[in-house]
Amino acid sequence: MPDRKDKYKEVAYYHGCALEGTAQPYNTSTRAIAKELELKLVDIKNWNCCGAMEVKNVDPEIQTYLSSRVMSLAHNEMKQDVVMAPCNGCYHNLKKAEYDIANKEESRAVVEKISAKADHPKYEAGQVETIHALDWIKFGYGEEELKAKIKGGLKGLKVANYYGCMYTRPRHIFPEKDQGGESESTSKPHYMDDLLEIAGAVNVEFPMKTACCGGAHTLSDSDMSTKLVLNILQAAEAAGAEVIATECPTCHSGLEMHQIRALKRLSKQTNVKVIYFTQLLGMAMGLSPRKVGLHENVSDSMKFMKQKGIT
Amino acid sequence: MAIHEKHLIRPENIRTHDNLVIDGVDVSGHWSTFIETRVVTDYNEALEEEIAALPGGEYIHRCWQCGSCTNACTVNAVNPDFNPRYWIYLIRMGMESELLRDKDIIWQCVSCNKCTYACPRDVVPEGVMKATAHWLEMKGHTEPSNSTIFDEEFTRQVVKTGKIEDGRILMNFLKNSKQPLVQDWLVQMVMQMVKHLPFKYLFGLGWATLFAPKTKRWAKTRDAIEEHIAEEKAAERAALGLDPKT
Repeated sequence: MPDRKDKYKEVAYYHGCALEGTAQPYNTSTRAIAKELELKLVDIKNWNCCGAMEVKNVDPEIQTYLSSRVMSLAHNEMKQDVVMAPCNGCYHNLKKAEYDIANKEESRAVVEKISAKADHPKYEAGQVETIHALDWIKFGYGEEELKAKIKGGLKGLKVANYYGCMYTRPRHIFPEKDQGGESESTSKPHYMDDLLEIAGAVNVEFPMKTACCGGAHTLSDSDMSTKLVLNILQAAEAAGAEVIATECPTCHSGLEMHQIRALKRLSKQTNVKVIYFTQLLGMAMGLSPRKVGLHENVSDSMKFMKQKGIT
Repeated sequence: MAIHEKHLIRPENIRTHDNLVIDGVDVSGHWSTFIETRVVTDYNEALEEEIAALPGGEYIHRCWQCGSCTNACTVNAVNPDFNPRYWIYLIRMGMESELLRDKDIIWQCVSCNKCTYACPRDVVPEGVMKATAHWLEMKGHTEPSNSTIFDEEFTRQVVKTGKIEDGRILMNFLKNSKQPLVQDWLVQMVMQMVKHLPFKYLFGLGWATLFAPKTKRWAKTRDAIEEHIAEEKAAERAALGLDPKT
């Protein structure tokens, strides 16, 4: 799809709730990259929560409606064709809503009913394309062009790329994936690997790219989440990684929180750093750690990055 | 004969006798271990229909017991008793009392969707787990799980204001699930966050905790969503033969 460079040059930016709270550094670094690459992010005005896992558990059709409202704003009020969501949860939910509205009569009926009562145009399937921050950089800016933007680079930093659950599962809500060619793989995703390799990282062979961090129960079943996260952290270290690159606020905070919890409760120490891929990419382009919000991460990697000579 | 794989049989169903003769045959001792005869009579014929009436349970009838879900399951790898294939089997067979033996762990599904990804029959086992966990709570077999308490607090905030604020969710969740607000790991986390003193960040969080973020012109949307959820919940309770109103 060669037209994507034009199409993604300006996108509706849906950062969602997490990027205003615990995942502020993801927001900061995404915006910093956009500025650096001269890609235009237009904030969705008066947005609402996508519904996340929690509203889906209470009432799945309400989650579909909530996500549809965001896409309706992008299409009807902003006249945008593309919604870019860096949060895996938002991305997943908008994709799921798109699929359900295209394929389920019941979902369409609920969206129509509530949109009418809420006094806004209902969202119809196909009105916008939802993409992840990975698609946005890989295709909106282009890999060749990105090479030219790397200043300093990641200097052979050993990275385990961690994609989590919601970026690839369930498969049916991502009809564009697993199509061969440049398309993303749901069993062995590689877009983050591709971008960070360009940025000068050495991607380690990481078997747990799409493993689950237990994020859905990070607080409600913390002992389970601590075990699941510890598996991921230890696997990354066993694979020789110095850093786990993340693309999901739930995974990222889960890894940071349970790295501490594993030490406190299970006396298991791991030293691998947890950094958003946008932060790594930004620093590879020569942006300062503060510009990409590295000092706001719980997992403290300011000193580490300095030692590596990356900052 | 002796039963060597005793871990496959529940201890209370294994019988050995020190001194027993049946029909003139001495069946005493380890080499004559018996398994208690069991006839299942307490079927709940409506069980599958009830689960199918709850969100996520719709496609349970498609299952042909291949076991791909359990094989792929994240939680099963940590706790082998967590067995979606088996629970789907029990529900379809109507074996409620057998299902209830695992009532306290079914809610632990982490919704990673590995089962749904692996399932060749599009059963959506993740949905079936949620439906089953809700069924257990609605029928009064379990108290609301921490997961439900979290989901409800989260949804309450979203429906009320259109958005969530994670500090407020955390505090209300710990309070509602009767957990202490001061946790060692939480203290450590906050200390690490303050270390680089992003004053703006902490101030921002504090501000958001005092004044919840809100979507504007949300009242009509809120009312429509509340109305829909109330209707759905009443329909779900009716499908389970419960009073729709409570």
